[in-house]
Amino acid sequence: MFSNLLSSIEDVSVYPVITLILFVFAFVLVVIRLVFMDKETVNEMKNIPLEDDNEEFITNNENKNEKTQNI
Amino acid sequence: MNVEKFKYDNYYPKLFALATIFWGVVALLVGVTIAIQLYVPALNLGIPYTTFGRLRPLHTNAAIFAFVGNAIFAGVYYSLQRISKTRMFSDVLSKIHFWGWQLIIVAAAVTLVSGITTSKEYAELEWPIDIAIAVVWVVFGINMIGTLMKRREKHIYVAAWFYIATFVTVAVLHIGNSIELPVTFLKSYSVYAGVQDALVQWWYGHNAVAFFLTTPFLGLMYYYLPKAANRPVFSYKLSILHFWTLIFIYIWAGPHHLLYSALPNWAQSLGTVFSIMLWMPSWGGMLNGLLTLRGAWDKVRDDPVLKFFVIGVTAYGMSTFEGPMLSLKNVNALAHFTDWVPAHVHVGTLGWNGFMTFGMLYWMVPKLWKTKLYSRKLATVHFWIGTLGIVAWVIPMWWSGITQSLMWKEFTELGLLKYPNFLETVLQIVPMYIIRSIGGTLYFTGLLILVYNLYKTMKQGSFVPEEEAEAVPYDRTPEPLKYGMIHRYIESKTLLFTALVFLAIIVGGLVEVIPTYLVKSNIPTIASVKPYTPLELQGRDIYIREACNSCHSQLVRPFRSEVERYGEYSKAGEFVYDHPFLWGSKRTGPDLHRVGKKYSNMWHYLHMQDPRQMSPGSLMPRYPWLLEWDMDKESIPAKISAMRTLGVPYPEGYENQAIADLEKQANEIANDLMQSGIDADPNKDIIALIAYLQRLGTDIKKEVAEK
Repeated sequence: MFSNLLSSIEDVSVYPVITLILFVFAFVLVVIRLVFMDKETVNEMKNIPLEDDNEEFITNNENKNEKTQNI
Repeated sequence: MNVEKFKYDNYYPKLFALATIFWGVVALLVGVTIAIQLYVPALNLGIPYTTFGRLRPLHTNAAIFAFVGNAIFAGVYYSLQRISKTRMFSDVLSKIHFWGWQLIIVAAAVTLVSGITTSKEYAELEWPIDIAIAVVWVVFGINMIGTLMKRREKHIYVAAWFYIATFVTVAVLHIGNSIELPVTFLKSYSVYAGVQDALVQWWYGHNAVAFFLTTPFLGLMYYYLPKAANRPVFSYKLSILHFWTLIFIYIWAGPHHLLYSALPNWAQSLGTVFSIMLWMPSWGGMLNGLLTLRGAWDKVRDDPVLKFFVIGVTAYGMSTFEGPMLSLKNVNALAHFTDWVPAHVHVGTLGWNGFMTFGMLYWMVPKLWKTKLYSRKLATVHFWIGTLGIVAWVIPMWWSGITQSLMWKEFTELGLLKYPNFLETVLQIVPMYIIRSIGGTLYFTGLLILVYNLYKTMKQGSFVPEEEAEAVPYDRTPEPLKYGMIHRYIESKTLLFTALVFLAIIVGGLVEVIPTYLVKSNIPTIASVKPYTPLELQGRDIYIREACNSCHSQLVRPFRSEVERYGEYSKAGEFVYDHPFLWGSKRTGPDLHRVGKKYSNMWHYLHMQDPRQMSPGSLMPRYPWLLEWDMDKESIPAKISAMRTLGVPYPEGYENQAIADLEKQANEIANDLMQSGIDADPNKDIIALIAYLQRLGTDIKKEVAEK
């Protein structure tokens, strides 16, 4: 079976090391990116779910008032 | 600025929501039933179809794939359209997805109670259903990615990232773990054997928790929590950070299910290290959820939806703290195979998945039916009764897990086991089982209150299948790539983003899986370990059919207390012909790896007829049908051939001789039973099962004898 095909790989213990380095690399990249991300874009993105256009259907007036206050 | 008018599809979110409620009731009802069966074994009514071994996978599959699965789809189909400002990609695909998924659930329910199972936890379904799952899952993926590609909103909101990660990873996991060789229409053998199979299974099992029970719900949290609290998520940057970290790390942690097993040590350590690391991104998500409520905690007092979300997210935090702790080898030595593990799981499922789903339904159903929730008061009652139910479920199980484990490990001053009879440690925890089933019943009652409340809500409102909406499509002319825009660029490209997610999970996946292919060279082969005889193989399939592995492990860990109780600890080389592996994950009854030749054939015969004949007070159900049902001999040649294809060294042409060999061995056992005064028919299931049990773990003894 194909399980025999890969069994000749040597030094398998190097795999975890390589991927750990990869992970740290990817992590640092994301962190750097986040540090330099501009505030406007972040705000734009985080408000996406609140821009719903079906608000008129909300019968719960309480909610509606609060929303206008927040803006 | 040309405003485009379009319609949101509310019909499929509605169907998925109804299916969630329906399957939730089924899953919980079965759960309560098996919880009671643990202390009232007669509740299986003496028939196979309602016996614990068959109902337990029905409960887990119904809870995970039917209840939680439909909840995910309901949530995704509702929210994805709105964060993308577009209708779902294709109504036809939505239809295929919905009805396909329900058909799969029905097929699963029928086959599982019929004893048609692969035995691999949360992947018990046989190969034709596995194929159907893969197809329907891809339909879901196309529908989702198609929606994102035609979106009007420029950015892909973080919730959708989690949905994409869910789709990609579950597809990889499901296909990877389900590679099996069909023997008949409803029977297959895993291509992996023993340690390999265990590692692939728990790579799957662990990540099914990660990418079916965690990431989609984080996505739902990022949409529904801000909606219900009416404020944006606490930190969008944190959500990006914990997304990438979570999906990268989660996939590595699977081996923590196999600590102290026959798995190579380095793989066990890798599992532990990554499990500890996983704590951070998990809590990143939890804190982001809870802090979204900053300045809005007063709302939690009145709004049942937020109440559910707060406990849901807190339960997520608790179980993701508990998980890494359980991965520490010293904690695992105590907790593994005990009730502590289901306790851990149920903090997650009842608390996180259940409560997030309830909160979402209480929020979404009034929206879909254009009305207010029928009764906030009833929803609050549901909240309290459900919370109480979780507490009454989990605490007794922590208690019983630790109690029983300590009893297993206790020695007298003379160096003998203090509780050599396993049953003693079971009877000790029966009161905890009773309290647990009360907890489950409370939680179930809460769900029934939800059913009533939402039914009334639907009745007072009017459902709008097509919801008018309008939005301005974003400018699709490509922006020049500037420094610092890379992530934004990636985020806006659906396919590129999907590919990167795939890359992140496949790296960890491969590192975990490649060694399993190498295991052959890591396993010291044991010369005396031989393939099963045809009769034993048949018995093994009966063991699988009745899901004996639900309650019995086949893995003696290298502890003094276990070697003393069961015999020599299990070696990797002993499982090389086990397609699939049957190590089990819970010891409701004792380990069986060294049970071979421990008792007489007569003992097993009478024990299966009624366990209480041999061990008074036993909580094992009766298996009288094993004494009545005819053994399936016709499939034996096909099974032998299949096993040979998988690498089990049966000689060429042995399949032609197999039935004769089977009958010969069956007659020997029947004759032995006859000498003990039992007139047993050699053609019955019980004979094969006895043959298998008597073989278990004995090969290694031959080697010792030879030496």
